[in-house]
Amino acid sequence: MPQSSAIELDPQLVLWEERLPGGAHWSGVLRRGVTLRVTDLQGGANVSMLFYNHEDRLERYNMADTLKGQHTAFLSAGKVCYSDMGRVLCSVTRDSCGWHDTIGGLSNARMVKRKYGEARYQQHRNDYHRNGYDSLVNELGKYGLGRRDLVANLNLFSKVTVDDNGALQFHPGNSGAGDCVDLRFEMPALVVLSTCQHPLDPEPRYNPRDVSLTAWRSGVASADDPCRNACPENQRAFVNTERLYV
Amino acid sequence: MSSGLVESVLDPAGAAFRQVVPAGEPFMQEIRKGQVLRILDLEGNQAVDTLFYSAADPEERYDANNTIREQGNIYLTAGTVLLSNEGNPMLTIIADTCGRHDTLGGACSAESNTVRYALDKRHMHSCRDSFLLALAEWDNGMSKRDLSSNINFFMNVPVTPDGKLTFEDGISEAGRYVEMRAEMDVLVLGRHLLLKSEQPARGAHDREGALALD
Repeated sequence: MPQSSAIELDPQLVLWEERLPGGAHWSGVLRRGVTLRVTDLQGGANVSMLFYNHEDRLERYNMADTLKGQHTAFLSAGKVCYSDMGRVLCSVTRDSCGWHDTIGGLSNARMVKRKYGEARYQQHRNDYHRNGYDSLVNELGKYGLGRRDLVANLNLFSKVTVDDNGALQFHPGNSGAGDCVDLRFEMPALVVLSTCQHPLDPEPRYNPRDVSLTAWRSGVASADDPCRNACPENQRAFVNTERLYV
Repeated sequence: MSSGLVESVLDPAGAAFRQVVPAGEPFMQEIRKGQVLRILDLEGNQAVDTLFYSAADPEERYDANNTIREQGNIYLTAGTVLLSNEGNPMLTIIADTCGRHDTLGGACSAESNTVRYALDKRHMHSCRDSFLLALAEWDNGMSKRDLSSNINFFMNVPVTPDGKLTFEDGISEAGRYVEMRAEMDVLVLGRHLLLKSEQPARGAHDREGALALD
């Protein structure tokens, strides 16, 4: 497994850093030209995530446009996340684990209770069981958004493949301790996320893992940027994006 | 999922409702719990981009990720239960003479066409434009916020084991259909797409798809 120690950051560029426990939910705004590094601290993390244009939150991550524009069923370094408006929300500029899911969706309350049993706040205080769906609804509510806005999401660090008959398979161990992914924001974005387990994670225990977030000033995509030039579709999506900022 | 084709036991002559949907036009209709919706491919190699909402609470809607994950397979066919964002069954596919339907490929839009084909292709007719007009006419407060991941009935979008996603020629032909039973009162929002017309190199033909309600 590649280690993130090979991808060192210049401390001068770091804007802030934060550790999130497993099962947490979080939201924040990442500005254009800022890169968010998400690091799996213990191995086996999952980060369910969505992006919205901070200046017009009707514009949001679109799974289908992202997949068909790049002829792919997953995300990895060199690929980008498209909005529903033909623009790039963010680019995956670095990635040490090679596969991030965007077709598996979110865990929900019924599933978490069925898989891990019940653990309510009244008995378990802050160790109560969270789930991905309620966690994202929770964060979206802080911005006047809700269930209508909860579209198909990313699951960083998780790998789900499809066989020749269409059957889905979850691959445990896709991400190890220290694996990380860098998301460079091409427009100011509202980011909402949950560190709950992937809905297809076969582990029988409720065991969401910790991650860290590191925001650093990276600048925007250059003319020879590998994500921009990965395919003609991405080049056109960058043209559409940059028209917002001229 | 079983790839076996399942024929309907219903007689379309007894349909409560039948409508031929011209190419490029949207279709929006309420279907009550227990009613069966049949979508018939009239001319072959069609695609019908479709969204479902709970009629009682449109914030509850079809959820592509929940549907494919809970059945463990990305293709929709007979036996598939179409699940909502709340995890509730909305409709069950009870007959399918095509065998495979897509729910990952999404619906085209003016903006996504600029990315997929060329910047000057913004002005082609698109599914999401049709959806927006249909929602404006329906006038119950729904908007682009409500355009979530859709189903493409009759469309063939295979994913390979190494994660490539491709658009292949349809596997449907004239006379094939898919039939689903509503498990709650639902709003259906559909739009019939000319499979090849969105690709600028091909000509658009005035083919028609149909929706019938038994």
